[in-house]
Amino acid sequence: MTASARPDPLPGLVGFASALRQAGLGCDAHRVQAYLTAVERLDVGDPAQLYWAGRLTLCADPDDLPRYDEAFAAWFGGTELRPRQRGVPQPRQPKLAALVTQSGGEGETEEEGEQVSVAASDVEVLRDRDLGELSSAERRHLRELFAKLDPVLPLRSSLRYRSAKRGKLDQARTLRAMVARGGEPGALSYAKHGRSPRRVVFLVDVSGSMKPYADSLLRFVHVVVRSAPQRVEAFTLGTRLTRVSRQLRQRDPERAMLAAGEAVADFAGGTRLGETMRGFLDRWGQRGLARRAIVVVFSDGWERGDATLLGEQTARLRRLAHRVFWVNPHAGREGYAPVQSGIAAALPHVDRLLAGHSLATLERLLREIRDA
Amino acid sequence: MTDETAEKLDSPEKLAQVLEGIGYLADTGVATAAFLALRMRRPLFCEGEPGTGKTSLAVALAEGLGLPLIRLQCHEGIDAAQALYEWDFPRQLLHLRALEAAGGGQLDAEVAEQSLYTERFLLARPLLKALTSAPCVLLVDEIDRADDEFEAFLLQLLDENAVTIPEYGEVKARTPPLVVLTSNRTREVHDALKRRCLYHWLEHPGLQREIAILRSRIPGIGERLAEQVAESVHRLRAMELLKPPGVAETLDWARALRTLGRDGLDAEVAAATLGAVLKYSEDLDRVKAQLDTLLA
Repeated sequence: MTASARPDPLPGLVGFASALRQAGLGCDAHRVQAYLTAVERLDVGDPAQLYWAGRLTLCADPDDLPRYDEAFAAWFGGTELRPRQRGVPQPRQPKLAALVTQSGGEGETEEEGEQVSVAASDVEVLRDRDLGELSSAERRHLRELFAKLDPVLPLRSSLRYRSAKRGKLDQARTLRAMVARGGEPGALSYAKHGRSPRRVVFLVDVSGSMKPYADSLLRFVHVVVRSAPQRVEAFTLGTRLTRVSRQLRQRDPERAMLAAGEAVADFAGGTRLGETMRGFLDRWGQRGLARRAIVVVFSDGWERGDATLLGEQTARLRRLAHRVFWVNPHAGREGYAPVQSGIAAALPHVDRLLAGHSLATLERLLREIRDA
Repeated sequence: MTDETAEKLDSPEKLAQVLEGIGYLADTGVATAAFLALRMRRPLFCEGEPGTGKTSLAVALAEGLGLPLIRLQCHEGIDAAQALYEWDFPRQLLHLRALEAAGGGQLDAEVAEQSLYTERFLLARPLLKALTSAPCVLLVDEIDRADDEFEAFLLQLLDENAVTIPEYGEVKARTPPLVVLTSNRTREVHDALKRRCLYHWLEHPGLQREIAILRSRIPGIGERLAEQVAESVHRLRAMELLKPPGVAETLDWARALRTLGRDGLDAEVAAATLGAVLKYSEDLDRVKAQLDTLLA
């Protein structure tokens, strides 16, 4: 077969890979190379094999698969891939990132008066102020105070042994010591199970009713995530579930908040607490993330519609978790009664209902976590 | 597996036939994934719902290709000593004593130390065993349970099929093992690890395939029972249960029914044997309340 009769498939394949990149898949040069190798080993004339060659090498996540299927059908099926509108900014939902910058734009006129009030206001006063009612200058000041928080995670027994004064005989260590002494017996070494930090999972409600608190609460979560990046996980709840642990692991708070804001598509939207809670438990919690962990739910418990599902799922959460803390920004107010349908359904299955409307109450939450 | 048999497996279909011969029914995706892993000498990273046959794929590949299977079960806190190698201290010590006795109390420290760090005293854990006994199938099961550090540790092994032991030197596999990694997605595995692997997401098998699996795995099962069990399991999976049944549960259920001497499924016997398929009391309650729709 001559070259003209059978065109070089390479540009088509590479083009497909870049179409996938446009669709949001992370197929870098390394993956594209694997793709080309895979295609070489298979029969490209067979659509099924062509499909699998790409799916096995270019995808890396179940979320990639629908996008891959769509792009594959578009590219090799003859229909045109729906192009992303270039140059036309996509309309965006209000996001957390907007809140980060909001402090500069919105309150320009009152700025100077506030500076004075912050300078005058004592830290102690700010500690007890409601996070939802802070001025932008106070917010900035609060961020500095957040940075000074020192979260301590409680410990749980780990499988690995550490040397200790008493416990089980540490044979390897004892023998190593003997070898060092030329084989003479000496003092025996012991070991016992080590301790490692217990996992903490934050579920932050970012629906409309929590909007005044969401930014501060996520900043608070960021501080805790930074204290033990491998042991703390964070999700946002709203109309859907979003995992933001990876975004919040960045050191810089502003960058972390921007990244989290990018990731959360349903900020200040509606609430489907029960469903998103079930999504969390099905996809993450039951498989291990919530097992023996301390789960902290930040939510006012406003559930539209039937709250039975939320009750069921909270009960399930409690059976998995070591402790379930429900933190409600309104719970600290005078005259608060947990009567909203959501919180009423969840409350019987929660270890503690805590307030979370001010720095002082968040510090108390940290103590509760430490002692859990 | 000799190179000759590997040569014969020149298409995913041929590999699927080999796997079918030992009772593992692979669909096009699984067959292509395994075929490419063999041919491209790349690890295969399998993710999917529990019970979709991730681990059994590795087992079937080993059996089908006639290779030994070496399994590493990951867990929190797993470290190099548990996964790779350990020195056998008690035997090293005995050896030291013997040397000392033979030398009449005199011991050349350098010679003694050299003789201590040899293969004789090296306890090979699964990963080292996989490198030295290749060709073989290495199953790294539930990698998502291990820590991030352990993933990083695996990278060198996957890249170079070699590990370095400080006192001993580099151990390199003559033939790279066929590596299958599985994950239940309890946490996200690092992209650096995924990038070195072929990625396969497994789904529950389709109805016809599940019937075929039942018939091939349970000899003597009647067509009617196989169909009824598979259909009921498919309805169960659509019911939003806490734990949707996997293929293993389907097989368990069919075996339970066979043990009771049944060749069909009715409401009464279904209620009595549901425990083989459902593992949560909430699920049992929910399904028992609507048994008629299950068997419709």
